[in-house]
Amino acid sequence: MRLTVNGTEHEVDVEDDMPLLWVLRDELGITGPKYGCGIAQCGACTVHVDGMAVRSCQLRAGDVNGEVTTIEGLGTPEALHAVQAAWVAHQVAQCGYCQSGQIMQAASFLDLNPEPTDDQIDAAMSGNLCRCGTYPRIRAAVQDAAKRLREA
Amino acid sequence: MSRLRTITRRSFLIGSAAIAGGVAFGTYLYKRELDNPLLEGLAPGAAAITPYVKIDAKGVTLITPRADVGQGAYSIQAHMIAEELDVDLEEVRITPGPPSPVYYNGVVTVEGMPIAATSESFWARTGRGASDVAGKLLGLQLTGGSTTVPDMYDRLRMAGAVARETLVAAAMQQTGLERDHLKTEAGAVILPDGARLTYEDLAATAAEIDPVTDVTLRDPSQWRHLGKAQLRTDIMAKSTGTQTYGIDLMMPGMVHATTRTNPAQGGEIMGFDAGRAEKMRGVQAVLPVTGGFAVVADNSWRAFQAADQVEVDWGPTPYIGDSAAQFEAVAAAFTEDTQDSRFRDDGDVSAALSDGETMEAEYRIPYLAHAPLEPMSVVVKVEKDRIDIWTATQIPRFMQANAARVAEIDAEKVHVHVLMGGGSFGRRLEDDYVMRALEVALQLPGTPVKMVWTREEDFTHDFPRPLAIARARGKVSDGQIAAYDLAIAAPSVAESQLGRLNQPALGPDVAIVAGAWDQPFAIPDYRVTGHRVPAMVPVSSWRSVGASGNGFLHECFIDEMCHAAGVDPLQERLRLCTHAPSAKVLEAVGEMSDWGADLGPGRGRGLAFCLAFGVPVAEVVEVRQTEAGLKIDKVFVAAEVGRVLDPVNFEAQLSGAVIWGLGHAMNCELTYRDGVPQQDNYHVYSGLRLYQTPQIEVRGLETGGKLRGIGEPGVPPAAPALANAIFAATGQRIRELPLSKSVDFA
Repeated sequence: MRLTVNGTEHEVDVEDDMPLLWVLRDELGITGPKYGCGIAQCGACTVHVDGMAVRSCQLRAGDVNGEVTTIEGLGTPEALHAVQAAWVAHQVAQCGYCQSGQIMQAASFLDLNPEPTDDQIDAAMSGNLCRCGTYPRIRAAVQDAAKRLREA
Repeated sequence: MSRLRTITRRSFLIGSAAIAGGVAFGTYLYKRELDNPLLEGLAPGAAAITPYVKIDAKGVTLITPRADVGQGAYSIQAHMIAEELDVDLEEVRITPGPPSPVYYNGVVTVEGMPIAATSESFWARTGRGASDVAGKLLGLQLTGGSTTVPDMYDRLRMAGAVARETLVAAAMQQTGLERDHLKTEAGAVILPDGARLTYEDLAATAAEIDPVTDVTLRDPSQWRHLGKAQLRTDIMAKSTGTQTYGIDLMMPGMVHATTRTNPAQGGEIMGFDAGRAEKMRGVQAVLPVTGGFAVVADNSWRAFQAADQVEVDWGPTPYIGDSAAQFEAVAAAFTEDTQDSRFRDDGDVSAALSDGETMEAEYRIPYLAHAPLEPMSVVVKVEKDRIDIWTATQIPRFMQANAARVAEIDAEKVHVHVLMGGGSFGRRLEDDYVMRALEVALQLPGTPVKMVWTREEDFTHDFPRPLAIARARGKVSDGQIAAYDLAIAAPSVAESQLGRLNQPALGPDVAIVAGAWDQPFAIPDYRVTGHRVPAMVPVSSWRSVGASGNGFLHECFIDEMCHAAGVDPLQERLRLCTHAPSAKVLEAVGEMSDWGADLGPGRGRGLAFCLAFGVPVAEVVEVRQTEAGLKIDKVFVAAEVGRVLDPVNFEAQLSGAVIWGLGHAMNCELTYRDGVPQQDNYHVYSGLRLYQTPQIEVRGLETGGKLRGIGEPGVPPAAPALANAIFAATGQRIRELPLSKSVDFA
């Protein structure tokens, strides 16, 4: 089947029911999306399909109907997305393992809701688990990213 | 306080490899210099002036040997070197380096030396001159016990200064200029005319001269890195998905494996039928490993799917298999026979509690999994006369030794490459998963084997923090706490964990009472007794180890006694406190939280304190009753660490520790049925999520005491401060964790 990931089209030979996460990681070598739970409880695998955040561990490869964007396609160290810039400025990451998913979740959320309230941020980000407990900085970084995006 | 502090350090793995290494370290230190592992294979023209600074054609490399599992260890170690070396951290490479004795942990060992009966038996044993045993213990390279900063503070700054002055001496030799005319800046020696001799330019000369070791460390008033807000060296990679963890490695010809071992803890595998699994797409082999099997495939998911299809006959657990029976075993351990320690025995508790009105309560805490978000994963490659292991670990040298034993080759042929860890919280002090992967790789020589555990396998074989029961008795009189008798029964972490590291666990296990027996309170009649529960399922060190649960066990009953005495919990702790820095953190948290001010109906504040790893920490939690349940609004934290080296990460570590402590207290437990953990993924073990996260205000006190680490000490007070706040808000005294068994949280 064909998959477009970060603007590049790939031909992959996988079962329809292989989760997108494992197509990305083990077939295409795109390792920004992480495996954390496999049951959509942690959000570490979050990517965008046509701009919408999805848990790639629960999306069957055969059901991908759109362009996939991973953290690698959102921005790079040389050209950070506003959400990533906010994450750096607030030094959110500790172990960092969940942060690809947190950032992808936040980017999609802010795209839909450019001026979120604190409660809306809490609701949108609570499906992403962080074992290190970086939540206070995630809150601050999402607000900061919203501001950066509005001013961009 | 010196005795108290020394002993407090033992709360991390008492009688452990740590302790054992301390002795060995002493012997070793006095006998000879430690080898610099960077000199091996060094290219011509390159220099490795100390084991921490290497300069070659690629530039400057800083060696940061303490593992980074999220706590920021690489970054602070790099800043310590840079403070003296004068390099721009964006221009250097930072690596944990190879496992080597030179990277021993000198704090966990020296400060962890046992006392009293423990030390007698151990020293006597070691003193018998078992040099081969001592040799194994040499160079204990271990990350844990919040020791990275105190252990490396002088060593890395000194390494930076020695390297800098040696490079300057090389510049003096090359230019004929005097020391006074040379400066150092951003990776170069600056000549009087402004010309720059880069450290790379000077490496060849520096490698030929004797290192300049007569150096003076800079006064903190001159610091440009330490004590100031730092940018974590890994923050860019971790914000862009470009940080490589063990689970991300890829190599040519690599296969993907997963292993399954008996979910009934310690049980054997009686047999398995892989017929169906072997026919599945991508599956290359189903192989036996100790206690289970491995599926080798061309994709991790295919390996997971096939592993589900293997029909297995698992043997029973040799341990007590059910939670109720486990707690019964703990409850049965409050006997003289099982008494493990009585480090605190002030006054005459028995007499004080023999008459008059006394209070009694029993407290319980459950097993808890570490469950770092990156599941256990490793790449192992076995070749003729060489084994390579790539993984995140806190114990690279123990892993090297264990792998050598499993593979039956010399340890020097095992190369451990330490990677960034996606969390640990103590889990990466175990190397069981690496040995299973090694068993697979030994059956596939020449092929790099990446082994990834499913989350379920990770939860099921986690080596949890042990359960415990505390029985507390006390007496109050004249509005004061007069007597406190606390007995704690728990399985021994040291006994379980050290056995797996092939180290002896001698004497009492301080972890059973850490954070309880060593608190700086002068209660007239005050006794803390540890009881060792006979070993049950394997257990291990979990963020803040014994103190993680003992803070709850000790501090909630203090709160009960304050309430019974009609005295303010903060004022009473201050009255009893014998340790000035501890009193200061109590005063600070009182001021921060506006302690004593009325919060109004349905709301309450709870206070708890714990001195662990030498760090006094006080926390105040504010809760509010809502229609949906209890809501934690605010947490105030004050801690004293001597000197805050990076205020940004200091705040991150303490607020993270609070969230860790609160989340597990609220809704986490590991329960067992027939030896099988019943929680196998985050839907039933989530900890705190963002919507439940309170505002957290952190204050670091710097009264100039001994420098301390901050990764763990924030954990112990969180659970008791929350439970005490719930009592203040609702009148409900909860004596068992998780709290969600008793109350709902919004």
